[in-house]
Amino acid sequence: MRFDLWSSYSRMLKSRLLEEAIARLWQDGLISGEMHLGTGEEAIIAGIVPQLVEGDAMALDHRGTSALLLRGVDPVLILHELLGRPDGLCGGMGGHMHLFSKEYLAASSGIVGAVGPTATGFAMSAQVLHTQAITVAFFGEGALNQGMMMEALNLAAVWKLPILFVCKDDSWSITTSSSSVSGGDPLSRARSLGIQAVDVDGRQVSDVWQAAQTSIQRLRAGEGPLFLHVRCVHLEGHFLGYQLIRMVRHPLRELPRVVIPLTTSFLHPGGAAFNERLAGVKIILGAVLDTLRDPRRDISNDPLYCTRLVLQPDARRLQELEDQAKQEIGQVVEVALAGAAR
Amino acid sequence: MRSMYFTQAIDDALAQAMAADPRIILMGEDVPLIRRNLLVRFGPRRVRGTPISESAFLGAAVAASMSGLLPVVEFYMVDFLGVCIDGLLNQAAKVNPFSGGKWSVPLVVRVPCSGGYGDGGQHEQSLWGWLAHIPGLTVLVPSTPADAGGLMLAALQHGGPVVFLEPKLLSEAWLEFLGSGGRRTVRYDIPAEGNKGSVPQKWEALPIGKALMRRQGRNITIASVGVGVHRALEAAKTLEAEGISAAVLDLRSVSPLDKSAICESVAQTGRLLVVDEDYQGFGLSGECAAVVLEAGLTCKYGRVCTQTTIPYARHLEEMVLPNVQRICQAVHSLM
Repeated sequence: MRFDLWSSYSRMLKSRLLEEAIARLWQDGLISGEMHLGTGEEAIIAGIVPQLVEGDAMALDHRGTSALLLRGVDPVLILHELLGRPDGLCGGMGGHMHLFSKEYLAASSGIVGAVGPTATGFAMSAQVLHTQAITVAFFGEGALNQGMMMEALNLAAVWKLPILFVCKDDSWSITTSSSSVSGGDPLSRARSLGIQAVDVDGRQVSDVWQAAQTSIQRLRAGEGPLFLHVRCVHLEGHFLGYQLIRMVRHPLRELPRVVIPLTTSFLHPGGAAFNERLAGVKIILGAVLDTLRDPRRDISNDPLYCTRLVLQPDARRLQELEDQAKQEIGQVVEVALAGAAR
Repeated sequence: MRSMYFTQAIDDALAQAMAADPRIILMGEDVPLIRRNLLVRFGPRRVRGTPISESAFLGAAVAASMSGLLPVVEFYMVDFLGVCIDGLLNQAAKVNPFSGGKWSVPLVVRVPCSGGYGDGGQHEQSLWGWLAHIPGLTVLVPSTPADAGGLMLAALQHGGPVVFLEPKLLSEAWLEFLGSGGRRTVRYDIPAEGNKGSVPQKWEALPIGKALMRRQGRNITIASVGVGVHRALEAAKTLEAEGISAAVLDLRSVSPLDKSAICESVAQTGRLLVVDEDYQGFGLSGECAAVVLEAGLTCKYGRVCTQTTIPYARHLEEMVLPNVQRICQAVHSLM
């Protein structure tokens, strides 16, 4: 498939609109449990997934909705699954963290790092069966501190497995700043295992597409695994309702609940010396400041904004495309919510 | 008497213990954020965040415990122990026997567990039976704030590896963090007495392996832990109206199991129903049956447990986890 910025933007926009609809359904209480959106990483997904062909596999983490959508899974089935309906993609059994599509060889896991071994197994099958199929593994940089992820990278390297490891680096491990808990950096970790690794700008879908295209060709030629380190932002943080983001967005509502017990505890007799306590306070303030200064708050890091800037000169075509995407996703949501709501 | 929420009580007992014993340290993913109140009182040396590296930090806690610290290792969910079970199965549980009883591992593994908020089958398991299967591990499951704080203190004083399970449906903090995320549009069937209750002014350690009779009854003994205790109590009220008098025994500890409390009650009622949010096969429910049989008692026996992978969809989840209706049906079938 040839790269086309208009189609890429259309895919990214549909993904964003679908996930925004999911966020509303979650806010309305129609979707239960946690909700990890992939808003902000659309350029990564749209730059890679459309280039997959029949037989290729995907090992997905806990934010797999966009990858499944762009792979071709019916979005109504995805929404039905998230709504917990028996006619959902997985019969209401999986939910958003555990989406499976046998048809597209796509498996998700809510266990951080589990995509490593999964990708390894998919790729082993392709290698043994000589199918020329490849596997894409999507994971975050936090997963690189998980033993099984590093073990899988090593296994893929020594067995020369056709895996495109895609590290979506938003610099947060759940709600902890990744740099504070990680030694070295993702690129050198992959390289130290003999895996060729490159940095890609996750805001630019054309860059991701280009890097993926070259990589996929090499993987199909049997050159062994490759590693893309793609920086991105997650607009909603780790998951919807993430405390620190809530605190920054609605300080008046959220702060008293946090600050009052915090102050009481800080002043409580018995415990560490004042300096140690202060060091604790600094860590919390640091996390709040990191959230305030987080690159996700800068619109120039939003991949949709970046792509739109390039397309803007053709305002009419852009408008048409956006209207069409909105209409399409609007209809998907309408169809998904219609019928026998349980 | 003070009144506290479930997790608040655990943290309060933990703070009391930390103030008295400088060997106690906390560690786990996002712990500086999640236990921020302890962080600002005890400092970052004792309240530590970790990478998403369960095998490493659990394994490290075992050896840290062997060399002078008393670590409280925290996990997001018991399901994630699957990633690092070696630390418990082959390390923590084995040090004491392997060293000929000369070396012990005082360690508390604090893990949220169980479901009822629609988070799916990789995030809502209970798994206490799986853990209790391992000789050398103590496995506690409190069901009220008072027990939660008292058992946390007991776990810290125990001297060996203790898994302290925290049912998320009872925990105001975990339900907010993982369930509602600040939404007011979701409802959960939260047992009021498990969520909030009176706690002692100063925490005292509760005895480990001692069950508590939450409700007296003549016709049947319902044994359970965690949320199941509250479901059983609710069922017992319904059954009372039908003229069935059900005793509800809160086991509080899966390992060691209070065998004599189970046998004593079953000897009186002649019927045993085990309500277990953990999986049915090869677990607590079967163990209770074995205990009664080994004591030479004859009784009618039944169980209401989780039999399959827990579905994500709330209406399916409700049917799979033990509920009041299933408990009442099971009791009827034993009458």
